[in-house]
Amino acid sequence: MNNTANEVDKKILKTISNIDISKLKGAYNIRKDGKLFVRNTTPSINIVSKKDKDGIDIIIKENTKNESVHIPVILEKEGINDTVYNDFHVGENADVTIIAGCGIHNDSHKKSEHDGIHTFYVGKNAKVKYIENHYGEGSGDGKNVLNPTTIIYLEDGATLEMETLQIQGVTSTVRTTKAYLKENSNLVIKEKIMTTDSQEATTEFYVELNGENASTHVVSRSIAKDSSKQQFSSNIQGNTKCFAHVECDAIIMDKAKVVAIPRIDANNLDANLIHEAAIGKIAGEQLIKLMSLGLSEKQAEQEIIKGFLK
Amino acid sequence: MLELKNICFSRDGKDILKDINLKFSDNKVFVITGANGSGKSTLAKIIMGIEKPDKGNIIFNGTDITNLPINERSKLGIGFAFQQPVKFKGITVGDILNITAGKKLNRSQICEYLSDVGLCAKDYIDRELDSNLSGGELKRIEIAMLALKNSEFTLFDEPEAGIDLWSFNSLINIFERMKNDTKNTIVIISHQERILDIADEIIVFENGSVKEMGKKSKILPTLLISSKSTRYVKEGKDNE
Repeated sequence: MNNTANEVDKKILKTISNIDISKLKGAYNIRKDGKLFVRNTTPSINIVSKKDKDGIDIIIKENTKNESVHIPVILEKEGINDTVYNDFHVGENADVTIIAGCGIHNDSHKKSEHDGIHTFYVGKNAKVKYIENHYGEGSGDGKNVLNPTTIIYLEDGATLEMETLQIQGVTSTVRTTKAYLKENSNLVIKEKIMTTDSQEATTEFYVELNGENASTHVVSRSIAKDSSKQQFSSNIQGNTKCFAHVECDAIIMDKAKVVAIPRIDANNLDANLIHEAAIGKIAGEQLIKLMSLGLSEKQAEQEIIKGFLK
Repeated sequence: MLELKNICFSRDGKDILKDINLKFSDNKVFVITGANGSGKSTLAKIIMGIEKPDKGNIIFNGTDITNLPINERSKLGIGFAFQQPVKFKGITVGDILNITAGKKLNRSQICEYLSDVGLCAKDYIDRELDSNLSGGELKRIEIAMLALKNSEFTLFDEPEAGIDLWSFNSLINIFERMKNDTKNTIVIISHQERILDIADEIIVFENGSVKEMGKKSKILPTLLISSKSTRYVKEGKDNE
């Protein structure tokens, strides 16, 4: 290892990727303050720096099974604005887990921003689990901004399950996800967001179901506290015999605002598309039930939130 | 012992409970019955602290709990099985039983409480308490929670509703065990003949008042012979 992780690095890595850097195995590429911090490759997974722009190509050989790739990003330098392009080339029949995420530690008054553009090319019948966590901390009043873009191409029979979590310390985020699905492919997206104070979070999903029997399930659960604002929009294009289910659930508290904009386009007679959206405060009966089990109102609220974002 | 003194409750100009005076002595099963809208459920909510009486006092083991919040009453030993179980997104059956126990239960403990209500733990422990469960399943989980809580004083609001596919005997067994094992008091709101049959005492409500109260042997025969306002039903049929 060329670089030594400090305590802040270790804490951030633990939070966003649940990894202990000293015990990290498999393929990984840790980026810190806009530069490569440490990298490891395996016989099946190669990581190569891009020559034309900032970023990496992650090349996963076909038939690679039970391997993982960690690509966390740490921002600690004040006032940093880091844009990175990461492309994942997943070979046919591979079955891998990819863990990404960005943690910002900002003690300054300046804005720290990370824009990660991730593109997935998932080969025939390959299976990918992609986990992305976002987290901000620091004593300064500088903004922590994260704008991730994810573009997904699923070949025939490919599946990708994406889990994203943003629960603390991100002042502003615009998350864009676009996906293009071929025959028999399946995309599952599970998004969890909690905003507090005056934070703002926008998520936009665009999914094209182009191949017969392609399917997607998008679930967004969010909690907006204080005077934070959230906007969820989804646009599903059913262009053939396909299935889509979009579920947007939000709890609003205090003076928060949540907007949900669903759009489902059935462009084929056999497109079966469902959108469900629900926004509301914590139900009084839920608080009463938990209080009748001995919890205080505050504890009941915490349990409801914990369960909702689990 | 729980005592209600002069409890009055009205809403929108309607007297829902009129000067209720009742004593629930220890280690007995009370069944409250009466027509829909006679004030039974409101009384249960008042005891749990979900509704506040306009007048009157609630005394539990010598302490006036009239102004105590729900959770304080729960800690003192009052439990309440809702008529309509509450749904939660994300909270699983295992989670709610852990919350009820106030600690993390192991799988075999959870299994024990779920099998008592006719549910197989491995099929249910990780399921969310939401619309994916049927009304009957939610109801059984609600009863399992109260059996686990094992409070000194437990209210069940129409526990039989929606359990038609489950052995009715199991429900009765739970009440019997809660009563016998720990000398608890159980108050059940019900129209179900077999539940009335396990009562030590029956309280009949009518238009917000206690119409009559007494030992089962005295009250039950008259109830079953004739009641124009209430229909008492046999096992396996809904009570509405």
